[in-house]
Amino acid sequence: MTESLLALDNVWLALLLKVAAIVGFFLVAPLVIGYIEHKGLAHMQARLGPMEAAFHGIGQLPADGIKFIQKEDIIPANADKWVFSLAPGVALVPAMVILAVIPLGPGLWAEDLDTGVFFALAVSSVSVIGILMAAWSSASKYSLMGGIRAAAQLIAYELPLVLGAAAVVLQAGTMSLVGIVEAQNDFRILGVVPMWFVLPQALGFLLFFVASLAELSRPPFDMPIADSELIFGHMTEYTGLRYAFFMLAEYAGIVVLSALAVVLFLGGWYPLPGVGLPSFDVLFLPGEVVAALAGFAVTMGKIVALAFVMIWFRATFPRLREDQLQRISWLAFIPLAILNIVVVAVFKVVA
Amino acid sequence: MTDYYQAYGTVIALVIAGIALVVVAFTLNRLISPKRAYGAKLTTYESGMDPVGQGWSQTHIRYYLFAFMFVVFDVETLFVFPWATVLGNTEGPQGFMLGVMLVFLFFVSITLPYEYKKGVLKWV
Repeated sequence: MTESLLALDNVWLALLLKVAAIVGFFLVAPLVIGYIEHKGLAHMQARLGPMEAAFHGIGQLPADGIKFIQKEDIIPANADKWVFSLAPGVALVPAMVILAVIPLGPGLWAEDLDTGVFFALAVSSVSVIGILMAAWSSASKYSLMGGIRAAAQLIAYELPLVLGAAAVVLQAGTMSLVGIVEAQNDFRILGVVPMWFVLPQALGFLLFFVASLAELSRPPFDMPIADSELIFGHMTEYTGLRYAFFMLAEYAGIVVLSALAVVLFLGGWYPLPGVGLPSFDVLFLPGEVVAALAGFAVTMGKIVALAFVMIWFRATFPRLREDQLQRISWLAFIPLAILNIVVVAVFKVVA
Repeated sequence: MTDYYQAYGTVIALVIAGIALVVVAFTLNRLISPKRAYGAKLTTYESGMDPVGQGWSQTHIRYYLFAFMFVVFDVETLFVFPWATVLGNTEGPQGFMLGVMLVFLFFVSITLPYEYKKGVLKWV
């Protein structure tokens, strides 16, 4: 395990700072992605998007949040009250817990668990339970059908996601996310050309990215919440703050899965393959803090770029049909993912 | 060992912080939101009509076969991860380690064409 920058002598203070930093990041980053989605989609459709709240509408999402917190909390009379109330929390908390292991810069991680990738993927699948809870407890036909679709879709695309990550673990030889970033920096094609795993693992990256779109129920894989068929799937009966929590969970999911893709395939905090970060002293800042800040900027740039591609997909592709989606996963993605592992393993042993 | 407890301690602290975030937000919501519930507002949404029957009706759970297969493949990925971590990084017969896993993966993937033939992979 590599120590993070926040490893202080006072363990409790370090713990407090780590948790505060993660909660802060968790509450801000999804809003940034949400704003980019508002504006990006608007401009792709030749609209302006939000313009009124502050400069070019950057205050729109905080204003929405304040509005949501004041709204009436409606629980349908037929719903299972406890399960209905708890579902948004169950969907939201896992997204935050994953952030504990994701490195956002050199030294900028809470904990570098030895089981990093495994932990992140395991925790991410907990939010399925939140969706199923919401779908079942709403006692609405739309919700139930949406929940069944969501469950089938999430289990089908969990496998390409996990197998794609397994191939990266195989190539890097470690499950620690920090270790994987370092392994990418050390990796050389034919021992000469420095490259991240995105090139030798192009197939794995494609599978991982598409599967993460499906895991998030983002277009073109948004059948569980298809508005023309199921109103809004498992979120049909939700209003106010609970609905806002589901939305926050979706955008936090975009941040988390983009960050995982960046760490696994796109070299994490390294600006270019084989190029390190500046780590000299600037004014009163020591070198490692400068490197951490620069690394954070690079990582966030990559995360935002991937998130933008997801938003771009939403404006570009029509929704797939449910049976097509299942067929793609079981008959194309899973065999390809297994093939990917075999190829990577053979190369690792032979080379 | 302390490292281990500290690392997972942070994870547990984050879970607690997440629960606290949810509790605080909903308490605040309860304190400042209006409460004017009446019958029509609390009915189940069914495109503006009065709901027919119950939402908890018998449904065809189409994915239960997918769920079985998911369990099988998920257990398989559990086996892949430790193998992936050590292959090429430890002493020992690398070719043998690779070959054993290839045989395992072959037997796991041979189930897919079988299931396809059986028509299980069709979303009906």
